[in-house]
Amino acid sequence: MTLIEVENLKKDYVNDEVVTRVLHDVSFKINEGEFVAIMGPSGSGKSTLMHILSFLDRSTSGVYKFEGKDTKNFDDDYLAKLRNERVGFVFQSFNLLARTTVLDNVRLPLVYSKIKDTDELAEKALASVGLSHRLNYLTNQISGGEKQRVAIARALVNNPAVIFADEPTGNLDSKSGNTVMFILQKLNNAGHTIILVTHETDTANHAKRIIRIKDGNIISDEKVAKRTVASAEKDLVK
Amino acid sequence: MDFIGTIKLVFRTLLARKGRSFLTILGIVIGVAGVIIIISLGAGAQSLILGQITKLGSNLLSVQPGKSNEKGPPAQVFGVTITSLVNEDANALRNKSQVPHIQALTGLVMGSVSVTWQNKTVDTNFMGTDYNFPDVLNTSIRLGQFFDQQQGDGGANVVVLGDTVASEIFDNTGVNPVGQVVKIRSSAQTQAGGIPLRVIGVMAKKGSAIFLDFDDQVYLPLAIGQQQILGIHYLRAIDIKVDSSNNIDQTIADVKNVLNQQHHIRSDDNADYTVRNIADAISILSTITNALRLFLTAMAALALIVGGIGILNIMLATVAERTREIGLRKAVGATNGAIMRQFLTEAGVLTFLGGIIGIIIGTVVSFLASLVMKSLGYDWAFVISITSVLLAIGVSILTGVIFGLYPALKASKLNPIDALRYE
Repeated sequence: MTLIEVENLKKDYVNDEVVTRVLHDVSFKINEGEFVAIMGPSGSGKSTLMHILSFLDRSTSGVYKFEGKDTKNFDDDYLAKLRNERVGFVFQSFNLLARTTVLDNVRLPLVYSKIKDTDELAEKALASVGLSHRLNYLTNQISGGEKQRVAIARALVNNPAVIFADEPTGNLDSKSGNTVMFILQKLNNAGHTIILVTHETDTANHAKRIIRIKDGNIISDEKVAKRTVASAEKDLVK
Repeated sequence: MDFIGTIKLVFRTLLARKGRSFLTILGIVIGVAGVIIIISLGAGAQSLILGQITKLGSNLLSVQPGKSNEKGPPAQVFGVTITSLVNEDANALRNKSQVPHIQALTGLVMGSVSVTWQNKTVDTNFMGTDYNFPDVLNTSIRLGQFFDQQQGDGGANVVVLGDTVASEIFDNTGVNPVGQVVKIRSSAQTQAGGIPLRVIGVMAKKGSAIFLDFDDQVYLPLAIGQQQILGIHYLRAIDIKVDSSNNIDQTIADVKNVLNQQHHIRSDDNADYTVRNIADAISILSTITNALRLFLTAMAALALIVGGIGILNIMLATVAERTREIGLRKAVGATNGAIMRQFLTEAGVLTFLGGIIGIIIGTVVSFLASLVMKSLGYDWAFVISITSVLLAIGVSILTGVIFGLYPALKASKLNPIDALRYE
């Protein structure tokens, strides 16, 4: 089933009456259960595209259908609801709350939902990224790799339709980066749709499909021929 | 997010920044403590003053020489000596047919004297009065007796000591003051000696009433005070006890009639005397205390406004500092309303806590002040009214909400992407 469908998507930034077009006529579809990498150099428009797809921003023109519905007339509160219930985020710089426990960070999306058993769900999400032993640690007491796994647990906790990962390995050493990619692949194997934004081919090759963007245009959209399958230390992730 | 959830979140956030949270609310703490202390001390002072007035008896009238505004200070306050009130006036007022509701009255003169017994000398004040002074001013005798009508009218060489004076002279001597002869000398007199007077009684302790210490006094017949000590023929005041508070207004009118006849005055407007009653004194004092309280409350309100600006300042800094957090919260589903509520609640909780701490500090300080006042011998009541506490809490929360509104609005309007990228 089609999860995301964009047609002729355009995005302009207006700065002091100077209009800069960042996305030109972008069109593609993403089905449920896909693992797509949006790839391109910096300034290509890949992050802007991700922001639009994840309801953090709106397109200037064009059509964006999510789960079959045109998002054009969704108001701010409804977009917030979609971000809360249908979307999970993993950021390059983790974006965890400082001076707050791992568990509370993972619970954060649930705080804005109507779900009651927030602790149980958060513990389950943390278990799936191998961090059950870190529940009550403060975020400044854990490593960078662990921080990103906390962020993944947070993205998972509301059981979203799609997880957006924006350069999730960008701030990590290769070993931690590998673990993160392992988890994302594992989640995809379990049925989660993953949209990965990166400028690194190595990272993009973990996906099943790569959409390449340059100067706001899609220059290629193809399946990954030789997919990299990440492995992780057994004790790290169950 | 529901209200309980918001409160929990806010407490977690504030506890993570304890030091800053406390400094933020310091202005509110001081403002609220100020309000509590002012209201408490104001109530204490009022009860003290009312207590002192009640000591004098609420049916008391005082006739004073000189025309002055009955609601303003007496003319003597300005150092004017007025000689228009004389013994004949007091005698005329004793005529029951003209002023039926007078229970008792006394003419009064006063001044400062030194009292010498053997080689001990004490500086104190004296009152020259009629024999029924204790009746008029609700005082009593603890030793011996007050001078009787014969001694009073005849200007007998007797004196009654106030409690403090008796203690200062006779304590630790083993001598009964009653029967001893003391020498009384006006402070204005320069030559040695003085008038020898026999002590016939000691007054019971009464304390102060309206800046007059009844214990640090000696009481002697009016004629002794007028002729031998002061060398005058006029009166400083005539104090009158009315038989019932219902008859005060009637008696004031009667007194004015008699005095107008005595002084050949046709209209009250030309009166050369003033009749004051305790109700006037109460209204003068409450005018003063209310004005003071209003002024001090305005100062406390100013402190609260300054505290509120402190909150505004810190909340703005907090919003800037937590821009990324706000972006993240929006990314995971917080609506503008939820962010607004979070920051508004944060300001409200901060100021609420400030209010609570301020109330505690204010109460403790007011209580200590009441202890100090009691130890100084004042009949001071420790009063914390529930109204002032609720008012303080209400005002402080309101301050938080008003001054937190702009920062909260600013936070809720942040664009999530810009907020997430904020460095």
